[in-house]
Order: sequence, then C-alpha cells, then structure tokens
Amino acid sequence: MNAALLIIFATIACVLLLGLRAQRGKDMDLEQWTVGGRGFGSILVFVLMAGEIYTTFTFLGGSGFAYGHGAPAFYILSYGCLAYVLSYWLLPPIWRYAKEHRLIAQPDFFARKYDSPALGVLVAVVGIVALVPYLVLQLKGLGIIVDTAAYGAISSTVAIWMGAAVVTAYVMVSGVHGSAWTAVVKDITILAIVLFLGIYLPIHYYGGYGAMFAAIQTAKPDFLALPAQGESVAWFDSTVLLTALGFYMWPHTFGSLYTAKEGRAFRRNAALLPLYQLILLFVFFVGFAAILKVPGLKGSEIDLSLLRLSVQTFDPWFVGVIGAAGVLTAIVPGSMILMASATLLANNIFRYFHPQATDASVSRAAKLLVPLVALVSVTFTLQGGTTIVALLLMGYSFVTQLFPALVASLLPQNPVTKEGAFAGICIGVATVAFTTLTHTTVATLFPILPEALRDLNIGIVALVLNLVTLGVVSAVTRRRSAYA
Amino acid sequence: MALVRLLALLPFIGILVGTPFFNRVEPMVFGMPLILAWIVMWIILTGVIMGIIYLVDPDNRDIPARHRRDVPESRR
Repeated sequence: MNAALLIIFATIACVLLLGLRAQRGKDMDLEQWTVGGRGFGSILVFVLMAGEIYTTFTFLGGSGFAYGHGAPAFYILSYGCLAYVLSYWLLPPIWRYAKEHRLIAQPDFFARKYDSPALGVLVAVVGIVALVPYLVLQLKGLGIIVDTAAYGAISSTVAIWMGAAVVTAYVMVSGVHGSAWTAVVKDITILAIVLFLGIYLPIHYYGGYGAMFAAIQTAKPDFLALPAQGESVAWFDSTVLLTALGFYMWPHTFGSLYTAKEGRAFRRNAALLPLYQLILLFVFFVGFAAILKVPGLKGSEIDLSLLRLSVQTFDPWFVGVIGAAGVLTAIVPGSMILMASATLLANNIFRYFHPQATDASVSRAAKLLVPLVALVSVTFTLQGGTTIVALLLMGYSFVTQLFPALVASLLPQNPVTKEGAFAGICIGVATVAFTTLTHTTVATLFPILPEALRDLNIGIVALVLNLVTLGVVSAVTRRRSAYA
Repeated sequence: MALVRLLALLPFIGILVGTPFFNRVEPMVFGMPLILAWIVMWIILTGVIMGIIYLVDPDNRDIPARHRRDVPESRR
C-alpha cells in the first residue's frame, strides 16, 4: 500500500461517512430521499447543479479529449455556457409546476403535462437508457484513477467493484442528502486541484501558456483549430447545440431541480455558472501540457493523460491527492445518477404496472433497485473500449430527444398532442439507437453529401426527425379529435 | 426588459455563428489559440449578460417589486 492509495482510500472512507451521516434527523420517505423535501437553499442548489456538471467526464474525459483530439474539445466549454442561458427561462417554470404537483421524477412532469402515464413510462425508459452510459463512464474513471494511483497494485476491475459498492451503500441510506454534502467537499477539492494543475504544469514544462501552445503548434500544426473534415465546424456547431439543448434533460439534473426552495436560485445560477465553468479551461491546459510530455496514448487510453502526466511529475502522495479528487468526481455524480435511475424504475415503471402500490412500497422498491442498476453498469464498464467523451455524447443524443416535447408543454397553449410527443420521442430515440448500434454516421449513410452535412452530429439529425414526426402526428391527431 | 432579453441571443450568435469564422490557431491571444480565446471571451460575456438580465428582471426583486406594481403605470 503506497501513499497515493492510502490517501484515496481515506477519502473514500470520509465520503462514505459523510454520506451516511447526512440522513440523520430526517424521515427518509421518497420525497426526502429523491428531492430533499424541496428544501435546498440557493447555495446547496448551486453546488448540486454545478457538481453534476463537474464529473469524471470533465476531469479525465475533458483533459483526455484535449490531449487526443485538440480543438474539438472546446465544444465542452461552449455548450454549458449556452445551456445556462436557456436555463434562465427554462428551469423556473419546470420547478414551479413540479412543486405545485408534488412531482418526484422527470417522467412525472411529462406524464402530468400530457395527461398520459404511458408517456411517463417512455420518458423513464429513455432516461434509463441514457443514464447507464453516464454511470459507466463514472465507474470507468474510478477504475482508471485507482489503477494508476496504485501503480499497478490494484487492477481497475477490483477498483470498479469497490467504487460501485461505496456509491450503492450511501445512495441506499441517504439519497440526495448524501450527494449534496459530498458535492460541497468535492467541488472545493476539484476546484483547487484543477486550478493548481492547470497553472503549474504548463509553467513547469513549458514556461507558460503561450510557449506551450506555440510548442504544440510547431509539433502538430493546426491541432488547436477545428479540422476541415470529421470534427469540423459543422460537427462543433451541431454538437454544441445538441448538448446545450440536452443539458437539463438528464433525469438526474431534471430531478435535482426539484430540490430547490425557490425559483430565483436558478436565475442567479444562470449568471454565475458560466464563469464557474471557466475551470474547464484549466482542465484543457492539463491535457494540452500532456501532448508533448506523455505522447503516444491512443484510442480510449487518452483518458489517462492527466494521471500519466501527474505520475510523471509529482511524488506518490500528491498523485494520491489528485486521485482522491478524481474519485470524488466519480462518486458524487455517480450517486446522483444511480439514484435517478432507481427512482425512474420504481416510481415510473414499477408504479405504472402496480397502480395500487403504496408510497412506502415504491420507496422500498427504489432503494432495492439501486444495487441492481449498479450491477448492470459495472458489467458494461468491464466490457470497456470507448472513451469517456464518446459515452457521454451517446447519452446526450438520447436525452435531447425529450427537449421538443418538454418545451412545447411549457407553452401557454401546447400545440403538441400526447400522440405527437410519443411518436417524436420514439423516432428520435430509434434513430440514435440504430446509428449507435450499427456505427452509422451521416457520412456513411450519405457519402455524396457536402462535408458540412456529413459531419453533423447524428443526435441533431435524430432531433430533426423527432421534430418533424412530432409536428405531423400532432397535426393529424388534433384534427381527428376535432372531428370526433 | 423585453429589449434586454434580446441580449440573451448574443451568446448563441457568438458561439454558433462566430466560432467558424475564428477557427484559427494564429494569431494567439493572451497566449491562447484564437479559437479558444474567442470562446473564452464569449463565456465571460455570457456571465455579464446574464448578470445584467438578472438585475433588470423585476421577478428577481423582493418586496420593492410588489410595491412598484401598486404605482400607476404613468408614474413609474
């Protein structure tokens, strides 16, 4: 057992304790467990929302993407920024409606707005399908961190099992209260670590940012601009748009909206979060610093770049501190995701098929489903192969399909019928599933199209099909009900 | 307020429409590739714009806003 591992395990133990203590003095019914009794103030909501954004995805995935892909990584900086602008008008009405109707989970919103429990089931299924890759990427990050910090003493498989067990334990006991308090600890740690690494590494190895970027430009010309093909400007724009629209469509993010005490918290966050998001810049700096210092990582290995560079630069105890911060970025969001999926399964699928189930039994079912979801995710994680960013983009393509029906439902006179919403979501999700499973892109389907169209993110194409279907089916069903 | 709200369109124009025009490494700005500097500038501007909208939006004021609504339109 080296110093690095010792620090990482001590951190995991602290997280577990903090998580288990958080439920003290609260009666853990489903409303307390999932939405914290809707009593979270501005700061806790800020931390919870910001905390879900700064996950392993940003820490390892963001630096890895900058290392392996260069400029296309800047999409990660851009989409959050646009999503926060949308959030100013999008979140308060969702929150108000959820509070008035005492909603627990995201599908409840759709089911109630469209007066269709079946639509709720569909939304729950889409949510779970999207959440699994998100949980997989957190566990994958956890495995990478412990594996690297142990200098080979613990395999990533063992680490993934341990991490999943810790998250499962405290989600089952504390629910969202556990996540909120560990999120506070996590955010402070990650902020400090990322700022330090992002400032220290470029100066240590190159003498400064300017010199670092100049060195990369000399070694790999135009790696720092978007390429003419593949991840081109068309890819950038369509990906930024897709992910900005999908940002708040994640079931766990949507669910954490419900924790707020007042709607104004969201509007204040809309101004603060863009600046908070600049931390990502320093994550990229780490990835860029690694390009010339730990060259040769290929494929899904690019996610290792931050840690490899850290091991090469620092003593084991400090690698332990970095690893501990990384573990937190995996465990905290991982717990939110796990809780959200279990809630979806119990509250929106189990309850649909057992309408007479009591709140207590739904609550029990939710907690019992936590280990099941964790187990499924661990299985997928161990199969491996994809990069962290690729996993997240796949999930985004799924959840963004919920956006049109959601926005329509917020309009004073909803032009979309429940049949339209149902059909649109189905077509969008089916398109994404088909292209993901068969590894199709716009380019392979229609090779003769101009480059700008071939590079479009397939999720945006699915979204367009979704919108068309939603419009046509709504128009037809509306007319039919007018004649009836 | 209606006019101030239009400011919120600027980040979308800056990032989605603007980035393709600034998709270059050189000239570097503050040591950063031009495209990165452009995006960073828009993130800071977005924070400022949303801050202005927050301050101007009457929904975010506490009791004074309600008082103001009692004052006749012409005297506001």
